[in-house]
Parts: sequence; C-alpha cells; structure tokens
Amino acid sequence: MIECTNICKTYVNGDVETKAVSGISFKIDKGEFVAIIGPSGSGKSTLMHILGALDTPTSGTYVLDGQEVSKLNDDELSDLRRNKIGFVFQAFNLLPRTTVLRNVMLPLLYSDTTDEEREKRARLCLKYAGMEESKFLNLSNQLSGGQMQRVAIARALVNEPAIIFADEPTGNLDTKTSKVVMETFRELNRQGHTIILITHEMEVAEFADRVISIRDGVIEKDVKNVHEH
Amino acid sequence: MVAMDLLKETSSSLSSNKVRSGLTMLGIIIGIASVITMVAIGQGAQSSISDRIQSIGANLIIISPGAQRTSGISAGQGSSMTLTLDDATAIGSGVQNISGVAPEDTHRYQVTAKGNNTNTQVTGTVPSYTDVRNVAVDMGMFITEYQQQTSAKVAVIGPTVRDDLFGTDADAIGQTIRIKNIDFQVIGVTVSKGGSGFNNADNAIYVPITTEQHYLSGDTYVTTVGISAANATIIPAVQQDVTDLLLQRHGISDPTAADFSIMNQADIIATASSVTGTFTILLASIAGISLLVGGIGIMNMMLTTVTERTREIGLRKAVGIRKLYINLQFLIEAVMLTFLGGALGVVLGWAAALLVSKFASLTTQISLSSVLLAFGVSAAVGILFGFYPARRAANLSPMEALRYE
Repeated sequence: MIECTNICKTYVNGDVETKAVSGISFKIDKGEFVAIIGPSGSGKSTLMHILGALDTPTSGTYVLDGQEVSKLNDDELSDLRRNKIGFVFQAFNLLPRTTVLRNVMLPLLYSDTTDEEREKRARLCLKYAGMEESKFLNLSNQLSGGQMQRVAIARALVNEPAIIFADEPTGNLDTKTSKVVMETFRELNRQGHTIILITHEMEVAEFADRVISIRDGVIEKDVKNVHEH
Repeated sequence: MVAMDLLKETSSSLSSNKVRSGLTMLGIIIGIASVITMVAIGQGAQSSISDRIQSIGANLIIISPGAQRTSGISAGQGSSMTLTLDDATAIGSGVQNISGVAPEDTHRYQVTAKGNNTNTQVTGTVPSYTDVRNVAVDMGMFITEYQQQTSAKVAVIGPTVRDDLFGTDADAIGQTIRIKNIDFQVIGVTVSKGGSGFNNADNAIYVPITTEQHYLSGDTYVTTVGISAANATIIPAVQQDVTDLLLQRHGISDPTAADFSIMNQADIIATASSVTGTFTILLASIAGISLLVGGIGIMNMMLTTVTERTREIGLRKAVGIRKLYINLQFLIEAVMLTFLGGALGVVLGWAAALLVSKFASLTTQISLSSVLLAFGVSAAVGILFGFYPARRAANLSPMEALRYE
C-alpha cells in the first residue's frame, strides 16, 4: 500500500539548511494500524505530511497505492488527497461558524455526488465517529474538543479513503477523551481501514499494531505491538 | 454541480462572517457614495450657474454708459450720462441682425401700497424688454406699445414686490401702487426667475420708459441698453456695428476713449464658466481623494481577510479541493462583495445627493460617468485585492498554508 524509499526533506531558511527527514525507507500494508512515535523535532510530522501528500519530499520516492506521489503536480496531489487520503489534524481545523454537517461534507464539494447523497454519507460517518445526532446542525465553534475531533474524523472518513492519517489526534484532548478517540481509531482499523497516526506519547502508540520510532530524521526502531486482546 | 457548489459555498462563507463581510462592504459603500455625492453637487452648481446666466437674456449685448471723467478723475463705469433713448432707437433702426432693443432707465425708489412699503428698483423700459431679457408675464400683461407712447402710469411688478406689498401670492392686478407719490396701476406680475441679492429680477417694477423719464427721473438718459442679437454666432459682429454706430453718434474717433462700455453674454458665460470650472476641479479632487481613501480601505479589508483565511485555504486544499475551485470561490466572494457594496453605495450616494438638494437647497446633478468611475474603481480594487492574495495562498502547499500565522 505504502512504499517509501530513502525519503529526505530539507528546509532551507536563508543560508541555513535543516534536514528534517534524512533517508527513511519502509513499507506499510493494507489494513495496518501504525503509530509513528518520536520526540518533537524528530521529523515525524514532516514524514507524516509527506505520506499524507500535503508536502513533497526533497528526494526519494514515495509510492501510494501504486502511484508515484513525488511526481504528481498540484492538481493531481489534490485529487489524490481527495480520493485516497483522510487526514485528522491535531488542531482539528474545522471551518469556524459552519455547521457540523457542512464541515463533514467539505471534501465532497465540487464532486458529482448529489446533495442528498452527500448529506447521507456525512450523517453516516458522523454516527460512525460517535457524534450525537442532535449536534449535527450545531456550529463547529460551539463544540467541545472531543466533539470537534469526532467531526474531524468523520470528515476524514467521508470520502471512503484508503488510508487515514492522524497527526497527534489526541494532542489537544484530555486523557479520557483521548481514550475514546483512540478507541474509535481502533474500531475503524478493525473494520479494515489502514490507519497511520503520529504521536509523542507511548500510551497513544499502544493502541497501534506497529510502532515506528523516529529520532533525528531516521528510523530508530520498527516493532510490532502485541495486544492482549 | 460545480456552479451550484460554488454559489452555496460563497454565500455561506459571506453570511457566516457577517461582520467581516459588512465591514468590507462598508468601505466600498462609503467610497462610492461620497464620490457620487461630491460630483453631483459640483455638476449641479455648474449647471445652475449656467442656467441663471442663460435666464438673463438670449444672445444679449449690454451697453452701459462709460465712466464720467472730471479732469482725469474717473467716477467709475456707468456714472456718466451719455446714453439716451435716441441712441437706442438709432441702434434699432441702424444695425442689422438685431431681434430686439430694450433701453432701460433703472433707479431705486420707495414704493408704497395699502400701507405696506418697500424700496426696490424701478425700471423704465419698452415692450421688447420681455424678449431681450427673457422676462415672462405670469398674470396680466406687460407694457404695451400704446402705453409706452402715451406715458401711461402702469406698472408690471416682480413676484417679490407683489409678496412684499400685497402679501404672498395675492392678486395684485388692478391694484394701485405709489412710486414717488405718483399712483401706478398694476397691470401684470412677472414669472419668478429665482436669484437673489443685487440685480434680482423678481424684486423689480417695470414701467414704460417714457413714464419713468417724465414723472420719476426727469431726465432723458438711460442706464443701460440691452440688445438681442438674432443668433449667437453673429454677436461679435453686432457688437462691433453697435460700437461703430455709437462712436459716430457721440462724435468720438478714438475707440479707447469711448464714453460707453459694451459687453455680451458670451463674455459673462466665459467668466462664470472659468469660476465653475475651478469649482468642479476642486470637487473632483475631493472626490478623487475619497476614491483613493475608499480604495485603500477596500484593499486593506480584502488583504487582511484573505491573509486571515490562509489557514482555511490550506484546509480546503488538504481535504483535496483543487486550487481552481478555491480561486473561483474567492473571486466570486470578492465580486459579490464589491457589486453588492457598489450597488448600495450608488443608492446611498444618490439618496445623499437628493437630501442635499432638498434640505441644503443646492441643485445636484447625478452624473453617469461619476457613478461608473466610482463603481469601476472600487470593483477593480476589491476584486484585485480579494482575489490576488487568495490565489497566492492557494498556490502554497497545504501544509505551508495551514501553518500560516
């Protein structure tokens, strides 16, 4: 499903070159639940953005679902994100002063699906993400953090993506809500979604089946988690 | 589908941010309205001034007596008594291309009627005065040729005099007024011309010039002779012929030593036009500055909102919306804001111009070119600065846009 070979990303700021990711290679198969863990500044976020087609690598190749991502142009990248990728952000990134339903339907804009079909799918995904139906028409800024993240998860699901990426999805949530959100991801994975999340907390990474540790832009460890259940 | 989505997305974006949309539109509204009002006032003033000048007569040439000189000391224009009724008659019979000659002998007298009194100008003149000076009679009639020949004691009064002596809009025809203790019968009231102050045509009494000379002033001189040329193009030629004739009649060989002065309406219009021209330039620069300030306001508002929304643009790209649609959405938003604001601005400017003419009694004239200019400039500024930064943001990678502070 995902195949990275020697991925590098260098940021240039004036005369100073910063290597965020320096030569990372790995494979992720369909249906896996992978956590990428590492301290801040380890390059895990950069890696995640490259994997999520939000950014392009400086060098190396990245093949997603048989498509060479690093060769795509801006519009092709947009189409790829739209058709194959769902992204959940740490900061939720919902449209402010906009209803929950409209937020979830955002990725379906300018597509061939009818309004009824879009709303049906959005409602389904929201229920799936554990959102109460009474809140569907609330404005996004009237929600709690946990609710916002559920909306964000529903938005990531609405396109029926092949892979869901989650960038520190519990970073802005309290422990109890974090647990609920992580259970949601587990459940999605059980139903066959490929999930890649990044975090700096080991407790969060525990939910995944495979943990890739990153430090200073390179892979430090790549281990399978053994779950009791 | 795409078009519907764009429309819905745009209108929901505008309506969910009412304060932001409102403030942006306010800049456009004020900018456009102020330009339209300013130009309307300026153009109104210009046209009302030229209307007033037209109302003093058609193709008018005015002869006044020259300055009286006593051993080199001038007593000022019009002080000498050199023009006579005979001069006027001679011009009427001796100069070609004239449609009317109206000698006038004007003095100020105290006038009484029914216990009311006023001090006003009494003009002795002839029947052709109405044509030469564009005076129309509202009620009754003007002086006739017969009354003029028989020195009849009749008077045509202006509406202001009628109001002063008999009360507002009273029927004055057939009433008697006393000028210098001589009774005159009112035979007509002139149509109001507007105007105020010195030479107010509404605050005047017209009597036959023979009556004026016999009973009131007691001399044979006239204070002005008005001549109406047959058309505007021959005014200079007529003026030259009149000058030659008068010089010859007065026995003066050097034209610079003429004992009369002569001017025509074209000169007056030229002078007034240069005054109103300056006025228009003044107002146009005020309008230009308002347009500039308004334009900068629109630009600021558009730039700040789009910069603020860079994260939103990043999010839209991150969920896989192509930049074409993002660009289109922001373009339509800018177009909607500027056109809605522009339309409101035009209505407001128009209403303001109407209010000014109603309450400040200034004539205003809305000009299409000012509406188009104001609208065009603000629309161009609004669309350019609404669209360009959005386009720039949509060209960023989604991550750069999302991280934008």
